Amino acid sequence: MKKSWFTLEHTRQLTADTYEVVLSGDTSAITAPGQFVNLELPGKFLRRPISICNWTEDGALMLLVKVVGEGTRELVRCVPGTELDVLSGLGNGFDLSKTGAHPVLAGGGIGIAPLYGLARRMLNTGVTPTVALGFRTAKDAFYLEEFAALGCSLSVATEDGSLGTRGFVTDCIRALPECDYVYTCGPLPMLKAVHQLPQLTGGQFSFEARMGCGFGACMGCTVPTVDGYKRVCKDGPILYKEEIVW
Amino acid sequence: MVDLSVSLAGVELKNPVIPASGTFGYGREYAEAYDLNILGSFSFKGTTGEARLGNPQPRIAETASGMLNAVGLQNPGIDAVIAQEIPNMARLFQGPLVANVGGFSLAEYADNCAKLDACENVGILEVNISCPNVHAGGKNFGCDPHAAAEVTRAVKAVTKKPVFMKLTPNVTDITEIARACADAGADGICLINTLLGMRIDLKSRRPLLANRTGGLSGPAVFPVAVRMVWDVYEAVKLPIIGCGGVSSAEDVCEMMMAGATAVEVGAANLRDPYACKTIVEQLPRVCEQLGAARIAELTGAAHR
Repeated sequence: MKKSWFTLEHTRQLTADTYEVVLSGDTSAITAPGQFVNLELPGKFLRRPISICNWTEDGALMLLVKVVGEGTRELVRCVPGTELDVLSGLGNGFDLSKTGAHPVLAGGGIGIAPLYGLARRMLNTGVTPTVALGFRTAKDAFYLEEFAALGCSLSVATEDGSLGTRGFVTDCIRALPECDYVYTCGPLPMLKAVHQLPQLTGGQFSFEARMGCGFGACMGCTVPTVDGYKRVCKDGPILYKEEIVW
Repeated sequence: MVDLSVSLAGVELKNPVIPASGTFGYGREYAEAYDLNILGSFSFKGTTGEARLGNPQPRIAETASGMLNAVGLQNPGIDAVIAQEIPNMARLFQGPLVANVGGFSLAEYADNCAKLDACENVGILEVNISCPNVHAGGKNFGCDPHAAAEVTRAVKAVTKKPVFMKLTPNVTDITEIARACADAGADGICLINTLLGMRIDLKSRRPLLANRTGGLSGPAVFPVAVRMVWDVYEAVKLPIIGCGGVSSAEDVCEMMMAGATAVEVGAANLRDPYACKTIVEQLPRVCEQLGAARIAELTGAAHR
């Protein structure tokens, strides 16, 4: 965990309610894709935990932000040059050393954010990831070009069929010739549906929660697991398939 | 050089800053950020007789200048705390700890305190009497002066350590409860615990917290806490740990002027893990500006 000031470099609107926010600062505390940062916003008492989409060692930090309330609206309205107090390097993150013979990255909506940084790091290790992304409609889809530019094998599902497969990200996974391991992030019903796919021998699931502190002190975000209660912010946000209790 | 030391019912603290129970865990996460030995003490997570899993999610909601929490006293239980956490805390912090004790019956409070009495690095017992009380028909011990006095007596009978009763503000007259504790032999009073509140999710039309209600803390409650510390200082001749919405060194001094001997910092730690460190570092400068050579002289200054 590191507390430091980041400067907002630019914001780019991706859909009606989703933005790419690029910050610069000290990214040295970030050690794995799937970790998150906790941002202090003017006028808000609690910080806002936001998943890390991507980062570089020389200080670039990229976030994908969906506007869900006042805090996130405030964040995407910040102008370039705005200084933000950031707690960085929070949570456990995805562990690339734990994988299967045919892993897939499965994301739903804003949950695709950490999968982008994960995909880039998998490529660095010589693995070209298979990626399945789900959205409500074609209008809500984003970051398809960015994933495609990585050279990933990409499949997309929308609930209304306006783009890609009609249905859910689980339908994309079922259509894959081989898949035995998943790295996934998205809304709870999606995580649950992915968890129930019979072909998976294992997987890493990224959870979100309303957090007090974001660094393990307040017990605000604990959830039951097979191994007892765990803190989403500190012991997670990545939980392993075998420990998850629905 | 400003003297920041205070004496709390005979327990010497190098400064009056104490992270509040429930916001500091067992110190482990904060020890990654700074050396805890700069603190006066810290009050570790409230301990009950049995392990408690706490309430369902969500447990946290934001409010204007504060937050609601309904964690529900999640803790591994007194025996696990004594076996694992207290020895670990002794490594992280060499001074006297404040042990926050919960309970659901007189026997549970007494049993927990008797066990903690044997722990060398526990300096003060902070008895939280705002838990649901099965013995008094669902009321809180802290809402009834007789029940509060009973807990005080039960705990005092089993320990030689100073006992501070931690009071709830959700009462008509907090001085009545404080007097009852004082008459029953309490060594000090800690106030305030959180204020009962609720938020409703507009989309689902349901209370935002799974527990429906939660405790309000943060800067929003600071003036309420200052007022209640003022009232209790006038009502009883016992040392007070002031708590509620303290976020800065200035707040610490204000709380002391209202009557506190030491001051707990709660929700501020969750927003800024370095909050207590910053406060401790700022205190000498603020005391100098206030013309106080000894911070202890600020206690009750507003009453003189």
